[in-house]
Amino acid sequence: MCGIVGLFLKDSSLEPQLGSLLAGMLEVMTDRGPDSAGFAVYGAAEPGRVKLTVRGPDLDTIGDALGHDVKVTWRDTHAVLSVPEAQEETVRGWLARERPDVVVTGAGRRIELYKEVGLPAQVTSRFGLRAMAGTHGVGHTRMATESAVTTDGAHPFSTGEDQCLVHNGSLSNHHSLRRMLEPQGIHIATENDSEVAAGYLTWKMKGGATLAQALEAGLDDLDGFFTFVVGTEDGFAVLRDPISCKPAVMAETDRYVAFGSEYRALVGLPGIEAAKVFEPEPAVVYAWVRD
Amino acid sequence: MPTVDLAKTSKRELNGALHALGEKDHGLSWRVDNPAGQHALACGLDAPVNIEIVGHVGYYCAGMNKQAKVVVEGNAGVGVAENMMSGLVHVKGDASQSAGATAHGGLLVIDGNASARCGISMKGVDIVVKGSIGPMSAFMAQAGRLVVLGDAGDALGDSIYETRIYVRGAVKSLGADCIEKEMREEHRAELRELLDAAGIGEDVAVDEFRRYGSGRQLYNFHVDNAAAY
Repeated sequence: MCGIVGLFLKDSSLEPQLGSLLAGMLEVMTDRGPDSAGFAVYGAAEPGRVKLTVRGPDLDTIGDALGHDVKVTWRDTHAVLSVPEAQEETVRGWLARERPDVVVTGAGRRIELYKEVGLPAQVTSRFGLRAMAGTHGVGHTRMATESAVTTDGAHPFSTGEDQCLVHNGSLSNHHSLRRMLEPQGIHIATENDSEVAAGYLTWKMKGGATLAQALEAGLDDLDGFFTFVVGTEDGFAVLRDPISCKPAVMAETDRYVAFGSEYRALVGLPGIEAAKVFEPEPAVVYAWVRD
Repeated sequence: MPTVDLAKTSKRELNGALHALGEKDHGLSWRVDNPAGQHALACGLDAPVNIEIVGHVGYYCAGMNKQAKVVVEGNAGVGVAENMMSGLVHVKGDASQSAGATAHGGLLVIDGNASARCGISMKGVDIVVKGSIGPMSAFMAQAGRLVVLGDAGDALGDSIYETRIYVRGAVKSLGADCIEKEMREEHRAELRELLDAAGIGEDVAVDEFRRYGSGRQLYNFHVDNAAAY
C-alpha cells in the first residue's frame, strides 16, 4: 500500500500556496505510507539555467567546490544547484567524479525533487514544502512491501528532464523492460520497478510522444498493477491499470485538478465542496497541459 | 434531530453512539456533518433509524448495515454497504469500487455511477444504480438483483452463480457463464418493484431493460476440462 497525490493549478493566484496544499494532502496519506515520503514541485524557471536537485552527505561544501556560477540552496539532506545551462555537463561530470556519494534526484528547468525516510509530516517539514510555490506537484507516501525502507526506494522517480512519476502498485515485467530500455540510453539508477515505469515514459517522450501518448503506449507495454501520477515541465497526467487495482479519486474545479489515493487527501483544498469529484476510469489516460 | 459534526466529534464516538441505538429508537433521525471522506462511518448499525451523512464518505460506509436507512449526500468510497444484511443505503453521488460487496440483503441505491466490481459476490442484496457500473461487476454473484439504468463495463457477471441482472444501456462484455436471458412477465414485475423501491418513476420503462444471469455451466466440474489440471 502507498499513498499518492498530485495537484495541478489552473489559477496562478494559487501558485504561492502549492506547497502548503500539497503538504496537507501528503500528510493525510500517512496512513497509507508511513515509511518514507517524497515530492516534486514545479517552481519558477530561471532563464538560461537548469536546476539539479542532489542528495547526499556533506553537501555544505559543495558550493565552494563548484564555483560562483553555481547557486546552491540547501534543504536538509538535499540541495538544489542552479547551474548555467552551458555548465550542466561539467557539473554532472564533476559530481560523478568527485562526489560519487551524491545522487542527482531530479533535473530540469523547473523541477525540484525531494525524498526521505520518515513520516510524511517530518519529511515535508524537513524540506520546507509548505513554503514552496509552483504550478504543479506530485507526492508519495510509501509503505514498503517488497524492498527495504531506504531513501533510494522512495518516490517520486525522475528519469528525464523535468519529468517525474509516482506509482501505487507493482509491475511484473520491469526486468524485461529494464533490459530493453538500458541499451536505448535510459539510465535507471535503482532496482525499483516504479523507476522502470518512469524510464519507459522518458523513452517514449524522447521518441516524440506526448505525455498522454506515452501513457497510452504504456497500457500495452507495462504489465502489473498501477496508478501513476506523472508530471512534466508543463503537464500532469494520471493513469490506472485496466482492472483499477489501486484506488484513485480526482477533483477538478476552475482553479485546479487534484489527485488523491483517497478522497480524504483532497478535503483541505479550496472549494472542494463544489468541485467535480470523480474516480478516474481504468485504462483511460487523463492529461492536462498548461497553456 | 441529533446532529453530529465530525469536525468536532471523532468517528469512534459517532459509531459508538450509533451502535447504542436499538428497536426503541424506531424512526429516529440523525444527521452527520463534515464526514470529510473518513472511512467506516455508520458501520455495523442494527436499529430502524435514519442516518443522513452530508458530504463525501470514505471506505466501507454503512458496512454490515442492519435495518437502518443511511443516506449519503455525496460520493462514497470503496465498499459502500459491504455485507449489508437489511435496511437501505442511498448514495446520492457516485460510488467507488465494490459497492454492495458480499451484501446479503437490503437495498442499495446509487444515484450516480458505481465503478469496478459493483455487487461483487452479492448474496441477496438488491442494488439499483441510476448511472453506469464499471468492469467486473456482479463477479461471482450468488443471489439478489442488480439493476443498472446506464451501461455496464467489461465482464459483467463473470463466474456468476445466481442473481438477476437488469441493464438498460449497453453491456461492454459478459463474463464467463453470464448470459442474456428472456424477460418474462415475472421479471418485468420484479423490475418494476425494484425501480419503485428506488424511487424511479414510470418514465423509466421496464421494456427498455435486458436481463442477464447465470448460464449454470460452471456449477459442476466438466469432464472435458480434466486435461486442464
